[in-house]
Amino acid sequence: MGLTLMWLSLMILIPLAGLFVKTAELSLDQFIDIITSRRTLHALKISFGLSLAAAVVNLFAGLIIVWALVRYRFPGRRIFDAIVDIPFALPTAVAGIALTSLFAQKGWLGAPLAELGIKVAFTPLGIFLAMIFIGIPFVVRTVQPVLIDLDAELEEAAACLGASRWQTLTRVIIPSLTPAILTGFALAFARAVGEYGSVIFIAGNLPNVSEIAPLLIVIRLSEFRYADATAIAVIMLIVSFLIIFLLNRLQNWAQARALTAG
Amino acid sequence: MTIEVRNIIKRFGSFTALDNVDLRVDTGELVALLGPSGSGKTTLLRIIAGLDWPDSGSVAFDGEDALSRGAGERHVGFVFQHYALFRHMSVFENVAFGLRVQPRRVRKSEDQIRARVKELLDLVQLDWLADRYPNQLSGGQRQRIALARALAIEPRILLLDEPFGALDAKVRKELRKWLRTLHEEIHVTSLFVTHDQEEALEVANRVVVMDKGRIEQIGTPGDVYERPASAFVHSFIGESIVLPVEVREGRVRLGDRELALDSSDARPGPSKLFIRRHDLAIGPAGSGALEGAVKHVRSFGPTQRADVLLNAGGEGTLIEIDAPRDRELKPGDLVGLQPRRYRIFAETA
Repeated sequence: MGLTLMWLSLMILIPLAGLFVKTAELSLDQFIDIITSRRTLHALKISFGLSLAAAVVNLFAGLIIVWALVRYRFPGRRIFDAIVDIPFALPTAVAGIALTSLFAQKGWLGAPLAELGIKVAFTPLGIFLAMIFIGIPFVVRTVQPVLIDLDAELEEAAACLGASRWQTLTRVIIPSLTPAILTGFALAFARAVGEYGSVIFIAGNLPNVSEIAPLLIVIRLSEFRYADATAIAVIMLIVSFLIIFLLNRLQNWAQARALTAG
Repeated sequence: MTIEVRNIIKRFGSFTALDNVDLRVDTGELVALLGPSGSGKTTLLRIIAGLDWPDSGSVAFDGEDALSRGAGERHVGFVFQHYALFRHMSVFENVAFGLRVQPRRVRKSEDQIRARVKELLDLVQLDWLADRYPNQLSGGQRQRIALARALAIEPRILLLDEPFGALDAKVRKELRKWLRTLHEEIHVTSLFVTHDQEEALEVANRVVVMDKGRIEQIGTPGDVYERPASAFVHSFIGESIVLPVEVREGRVRLGDRELALDSSDARPGPSKLFIRRHDLAIGPAGSGALEGAVKHVRSFGPTQRADVLLNAGGEGTLIEIDAPRDRELKPGDLVGLQPRRYRIFAETA
């Protein structure tokens, strides 16, 4: 117990404390100025808003992928299963460059989309796509083992009681998976908020249009405005912590209901 | 509601789980499917429930084809060995599940559902657990809730798959008695699977003994115990002494010894002689068809148990017998053993 806390302090809390100490160099007025500037607010909005949206998309897309991988036997299933991990393994810069060239105006997908008047690369839509790309494995990999272990008898019991497939899915299967789904959602969200490498290539990084908060921090650092950078970081930290804490509580609540064998 | 199963064949790959099975269960019966694991009893139950489909054969409820209907349309209550309760739902919601998923036009009102669930929880004597979750209950309580949930849809048939298999011995005994009483109360046609002969004989009105995908015998608990139809039934139900014998020209031979036993209904050839341990009378040497020397004596409970080495030429055969406590036995004694009842079954190839 003591050891765990010490590790946690050394590895996580001390660097975070440094962040707060650096930020404390600013006066309160300066701090408020920085975090309420149009550029900062926009960057935060882009980062958190798109991350949440991407996590929601990943939630549904991830569930569909998990369902197909677990419940169906089709040729190439193992290959698809391995493909899911690629966003984990790929250096984020590579992913960013790949996505950018794919969705650039002359890219394979970018060109037809441009015909339709949809611009992906160098817009918030591009950021959104990159966040979906890097977040999907989190949902798949957290839900997959739970669905594999889900007792087939639960579905049979529901069927015998007269439930339709849809009722079984919405009333029995999804609720049983809820704790895992929430974990996957939280992880995908957290990853998207913190994502830097893949996003900056496709984002175009126009201030007030497609600039993400992590990038703004890097820009401030390169301008040697360290306190400004840490101020934005502190805000990101607090908001992220609150959201993840909330998700954790929700997950605990769901877990408490689904604990141990039924 | 009657259940009629005809010529059911079910294969899993090259393994034949059910080999031409016929079975009829009458309205209000409580029937046990008894057999060792792999005998096909659970597969048969699942086919009746609509959770599995046979390769060929038919299943009818009250003369109406059941195979054309899915599990949800058969109105069958199914109780699983490991309860299969919905963990994220309270006990109340578990029991209410079958009522809540009914199509809107027949669904009961919330008040009616509440009343029905309360009635069922009273029936299984667990109304005080309505707000708990399954993981807060003991195994026996979970199984009773699972039963209440199955009964909620007013099933025409109740099917139970090893309902007490996951419970400890004491709870199992209690629930057995309770299931019997419950069946007398609600009288729904019931079929339960078990590998525990005691459970089958104690609870059921009729017992179906299965082995290797076939039905070996159907009869009352008394029938299958007293008049086993095959060597398998004799050895599976109750404890038996089994001796390898040879039937030749109307005589029964054990090794080089001829036994003074009637073999009029036995077929010639290598056979097995089955005797219940309590059907063996002990007397002085020369007093019975079998003879042997006492090797060990163990006394406990109401009887004493002795290992007897039978004189049958060669190395002899060691058997274990029961003897009354007041009969003095010590190692080295020569005794005669006379079977009061016995059965001879031809050796199956």
